[in-house]
Amino acid sequence: MVDLRLECETVRKILTGFIDNEVRKAGFERVVVGLSGGVDSALSAFLATEALGPQNVWAILMPYRTSSPESAAHAALVVNTLGIHSLTVDITPMVDVYFAGFPDADHVRRGNKMARERMTILFDHSARLGGLVLGTSNKTELLLGYGTLYGDMASAVNPLGDLYKTQVRQLARHVKVPTVIVEKQPSADLWAGQTDEAELGFTYEEVDKVLSLLVDQRCEVPDLIAEGFDEKFVRAVYHKVQASQYKRRLPVIAKVSARTIDRDFRYPRDWGR
Amino acid sequence: MRRFRLAVAQIAPVLGDVEKNLALHEKVAREAISRSVNLLVFPELSLTGYFLKDQVTSVALAGEEPALAALRNLSQRVAMVVGFVEEAPGHRFHNAAAYLEGGEIRHIHRKVYLPTYGIFDEQRYLAAGGHVRAFDTALGRMAILICEDMWHPAAVGIAAWDGAEILLCPSASPGRGLGQAEPFQNSSTWERVIRAYGDLFTCFVVYANRVGYEDGACFWGGSEVVGPTGVSLAKARYLEEDLLVAEVDAGTLRRARIANPLLRDERLDLTLREVERIIRGQAGEGPGG
Repeated sequence: MVDLRLECETVRKILTGFIDNEVRKAGFERVVVGLSGGVDSALSAFLATEALGPQNVWAILMPYRTSSPESAAHAALVVNTLGIHSLTVDITPMVDVYFAGFPDADHVRRGNKMARERMTILFDHSARLGGLVLGTSNKTELLLGYGTLYGDMASAVNPLGDLYKTQVRQLARHVKVPTVIVEKQPSADLWAGQTDEAELGFTYEEVDKVLSLLVDQRCEVPDLIAEGFDEKFVRAVYHKVQASQYKRRLPVIAKVSARTIDRDFRYPRDWGR
Repeated sequence: MRRFRLAVAQIAPVLGDVEKNLALHEKVAREAISRSVNLLVFPELSLTGYFLKDQVTSVALAGEEPALAALRNLSQRVAMVVGFVEEAPGHRFHNAAAYLEGGEIRHIHRKVYLPTYGIFDEQRYLAAGGHVRAFDTALGRMAILICEDMWHPAAVGIAAWDGAEILLCPSASPGRGLGQAEPFQNSSTWERVIRAYGDLFTCFVVYANRVGYEDGACFWGGSEVVGPTGVSLAKARYLEEDLLVAEVDAGTLRRARIANPLLRDERLDLTLREVERIIRGQAGEGPGG
């Protein structure tokens, strides 16, 4: 009933074609990607390299002082495997100087600040290098709102946004992202020992099934409960999707004119491209 | 109908740029002429691209528009089916396809069924056509049904009962549903449907799909020519531009209709009676009925 297996070779072709098409249509030939050492950004970099060639892919590594050294090693492994350009920008000074003024800030505020700090660096390098910022958010985290608005959720072109996390792993294996990256525990690496699944309270395998039923197969919550899924879990997932809807939209605009952006002024994003 | 060579132009139109798309049409038409093609079928909205949204009114053409003159001229050497946004009298905008032949527009089909669900939003921007008609050409009797029209078997039936020997289907089908199907779930459904129509209506089916990306949606290509026994005669590549060439032979059609005289045995009087009964019943189902 839930089959999240991909015909990987086809998906690879569609996504590399997508990157090539969207980047060139916008008048660019390069991309800039923030490489964390995790599987999502590694896969984005692999696909972009196949689409545009290694000379057109710039990986930016942006560690904070608490980032795990393993993350940096895995990001370097991706850079070396692909032969792409890379650059390291340590975000510790700017983040620390900011929080020196707000020493009581919790994990979440610090994590969001780091994500947004990285975003500003990526977009600055987008201008510096003449490349579009390549997104790395997958469908699972976009639906759950498990990302920082205007932080890691910000990009110009996102090849992974319609693939669940478990599908990202399948495709990553298929395009030969190093196994050590595909198989490690996913983590936002915002503080020591953080893992996605501990923070979320469920595994990606479990939540991807539920999301696929709710979103792709248009099941209602009672349908899932009738199928034997744990009610609390299903309701919690549904609530996360609903509560994070605002993160997936433009800021809400007060309508006063005859034609309002995104409401009744509707052009394709590829308008004029 | 006679024996002839047809081709499908599996192109990636530029969204909203009629000028560039006209140049692309001319280029493909010249290539088709050099390969002795008699009929060249372009995809749905081939002159404009598909996800136009508010651009619909900016790219619309009237049927006799000078923009189409170059293609009308070329149609003296190769007949063509071309997709465009037609601005009809009263400023109604249609998703239309024109059959050009001998320097003239022989027929215009206005898409009847405008999908407005899921990824589609056509009824917001476009007016629905009101006719399904077969028409005569120098190559045989044909009918045009645009994309979603094909998902309504009654429309296909009307085309066939009206004598179409060749069903031309310009399409802009975005791939949807990943899984084990190649390349998409909806593409394999399309393949089953057009082959079934060839078989059921004993006619040729020319499915002309486009490729390329618009706003992240990917058109899957895989254009196909199906014979009147439901057999695939030629199949274009998935996801890549292609010029699909196939020979169409009147003898195949004749033999299929002898072996399977389904159209001969059609009961239009019965169909009409029962449809009228169903419509009367539906009218009576209202709150006051």
